[in-house]
Amino acid sequence: MRKVYIYKGFERFWHWTQAALILFLAVTGFEVHGSFEIFGFEKAVQFHRVASWMLIGLIVFAIFWHITTGEWKQYIPTTKKLKEQLVYYVSGIFKGEKHPTAKTELSKLNPLQRMVYLSFKLILIPMTIISGIFYMLYKTIDQNNLVVVEDYPLESIAFWHTLGAILLMVFLIVHVYMTTTGETPTSNIKAMLTGYEDLEDEHTENEPLKNTH
Amino acid sequence: MKVMHRNILFTIIAILVVLILVNVLHEAPTYNLKLETLKQEYAIKPTPSVDHSKLEILQQNFETPQEVTAACISCHTETHKEVMASSHWNWERLSYVEGRGISASGKNTLLNNFCIGSNSNQQACAACHIGFGMNDDHFDYKNALNVDCMVCHDNSEEYKKGTSMAGYPDRTVNLQKVAQSVGTPQRNNCGSCHFFSGGGNNVKHGDLEVAQLSTTRDVDVHMAVNGMNMSCVDCHTAENHQIIGKLYSVSTNNTDRATCEQCHTNTPHFSHVLNRHGSKVSCQACHIPEYAKVNATKMAWHWSEAGKMKDGEPYHEEDSIGNHRYLSMKGSFKWEQNVKPDYVWFNGTADQYHLGDSITSVPVQINTLYGNYSDRNSKIIPVKIHVGDQIYDKEFKRLIQPKLYSENEGDSAFWKDFDWEKASIAGMHEVGLPFSGNYGFVETEMYWPVNHMVAPKEQALSCVECHSPDGRLAGLEGFYMPGRDRNKTLDTAGTWLIVLALLAVVGHGLTRIISTIAKDKYEKQVIDYRQEDLTD
Ligand code: HEM
Repeated sequence: MRKVYIYKGFERFWHWTQAALILFLAVTGFEVHGSFEIFGFEKAVQFHRVASWMLIGLIVFAIFWHITTGEWKQYIPTTKKLKEQLVYYVSGIFKGEKHPTAKTELSKLNPLQRMVYLSFKLILIPMTIISGIFYMLYKTIDQNNLVVVEDYPLESIAFWHTLGAILLMVFLIVHVYMTTTGETPTSNIKAMLTGYEDLEDEHTENEPLKNTH
Repeated sequence: MKVMHRNILFTIIAILVVLILVNVLHEAPTYNLKLETLKQEYAIKPTPSVDHSKLEILQQNFETPQEVTAACISCHTETHKEVMASSHWNWERLSYVEGRGISASGKNTLLNNFCIGSNSNQQACAACHIGFGMNDDHFDYKNALNVDCMVCHDNSEEYKKGTSMAGYPDRTVNLQKVAQSVGTPQRNNCGSCHFFSGGGNNVKHGDLEVAQLSTTRDVDVHMAVNGMNMSCVDCHTAENHQIIGKLYSVSTNNTDRATCEQCHTNTPHFSHVLNRHGSKVSCQACHIPEYAKVNATKMAWHWSEAGKMKDGEPYHEEDSIGNHRYLSMKGSFKWEQNVKPDYVWFNGTADQYHLGDSITSVPVQINTLYGNYSDRNSKIIPVKIHVGDQIYDKEFKRLIQPKLYSENEGDSAFWKDFDWEKASIAGMHEVGLPFSGNYGFVETEMYWPVNHMVAPKEQALSCVECHSPDGRLAGLEGFYMPGRDRNKTLDTAGTWLIVLALLAVVGHGLTRIISTIAKDKYEKQVIDYRQEDLTD
């Protein structure tokens, strides 16, 4: 075992801020949706809008960070060991087997995570944000107003946005649970908080995982 | 290097925190300059440039009201022409209506579901005509001397029209005093007709009544004496006696309307979200949460029950707040106070049931307000819907204009003789339509846009009044509204998906825990055996 600085400062900041914002957006969003009442409709709408701008800002920074640091490469999907990883979660984990893929600072994500996180970043988040922006700019016009999104049915904008919100909740549930499947139940969360994690020595495995890209 | 990173991070966090705080703590400023300017503008009431009591021609003992009119015209030499071109005089307006072509609509050609119609009843109805001498047989629309200047311009509160006197003033009126105190129309000038339409205070409109002569801001922010104390003509301005603002029980076109925006602009709020509502929602919809705030208004009128007698005599019954619930002359009524409006789409154009039109659907739509969500000019407006039933010709399928009023019995008037057949024959004869003799009663509906009794802004509707499944707009269709509408399939599927995810996670977790415990036991047993081995 060795202590490795695996999650950089910005990464942790980004991760937790995004988590908080998405949670907050979910609470206010589902209140607008009519699922429950906490802040009251008017405040919920206000808060949702403010938080959504913050999320957009954060994600702009995050994209910049991913590109400049090359961290985006972490998300390049691979099928190598994908099956093993699946089998592990379905059965191996109960038998106390070892993770089929080793976590290193060069390859933080197992093949399943790569796939899920990539679709999170490329499909789910954009879908929710873009539909959210359409929702926010939605207005029909009268003689004196400018057109922003004219007569594009709000119904379908709301459909995609709500779908995104629901899938984000599903992601959140599974994601939070999956963090407990690390070395110990809290080791992953601790790592995302402190940045440091105890990882296997890279060459003790008979088949060290090379970066697959 | 590390220090720099930390600094950058710190800066970003600081900026975000500031942004959050600014947004959360930011309250819209309460000082609305636009509104303040308006208030100032309307606070200064104009002083008249002429004192009519000083004019020589008005120092005479007028015998007839026509003499007063003649005196007015001697100075205002062309004004009667303006008045005689107005709908207040003509009781109808020419306009183009889709499907009808150019047609005249007004009291002369239309019906309502209150006192039904003016034809054959002019003697009584003319109490609200700005002329003298309108009765069943004739009215000389060309005679300028018949223009009643005083009913609108008397500032002494002395003038009043006589009951059933064909539009002539009450005999008690001191014409000289009235003539010397004319000026800009005041609330009670307009109110003397518009508050009492339908035969009593607040009967028809629900948002226009005597209380507004002297009221508080809670009832009407504009007219309140402790508020802006505005008069009707402050908003219903006029050029050449053509007054803007129209009522869609008689009007058809989206022209010459009096609007909130003419003063308040169409971006009156600080909040863009609210301003944007204005493209689909009228100001009135949120700012008039209730009407009939002081006195009740009539919500239903069933003529079918008229004519019942007690001991051979007509009678009346009152409800708990002292309004007529039943009158042998008129039938049964329903009154309501503090009424929440209904809401409809409206684009400013309307059509009415014209005398002679065939009945195509029941309830008969006495007037139809056009508009729908996808029409750009349509907005959601609050309305009072007045329902009832009234007499119709079963064979010819059209509403009947009955003769209601007469001074004498035996003149076919329903209010004297209580005979529908005779009243129908006389009334339909007067309007020149055939009557089959076979009559019945049919349900009718009439729509009254609610525009007055604007509440103080604190009382404007909150979001959830509409943005909830059973809110005020629950009945309006054709559009998606957040908080009210949702995709049910998506919601159900989504709930299941979330529940399944939770179950899966809990199941997986439990299995892990159980298998760990089992393994632990197994390992302990192994150790135990070893220990046994050692001790052996
Ligand atoms: C940048 C991202 C987002 C933007 C711009 C955005 C914008 C909006 C807007 C404008 C609305 C309509 C209510 C209003 O006018 O405020 C809305 C509703 C909603 N939002 Fe978001 N949102 C974003 C992110 C999210 C996220 C991350 C979630 C959930 C995890 C979410 C969940 C919802 C839900 C459930 C509704 C109610 C939809 C309905 O019932 O029609 N939103 N959003």
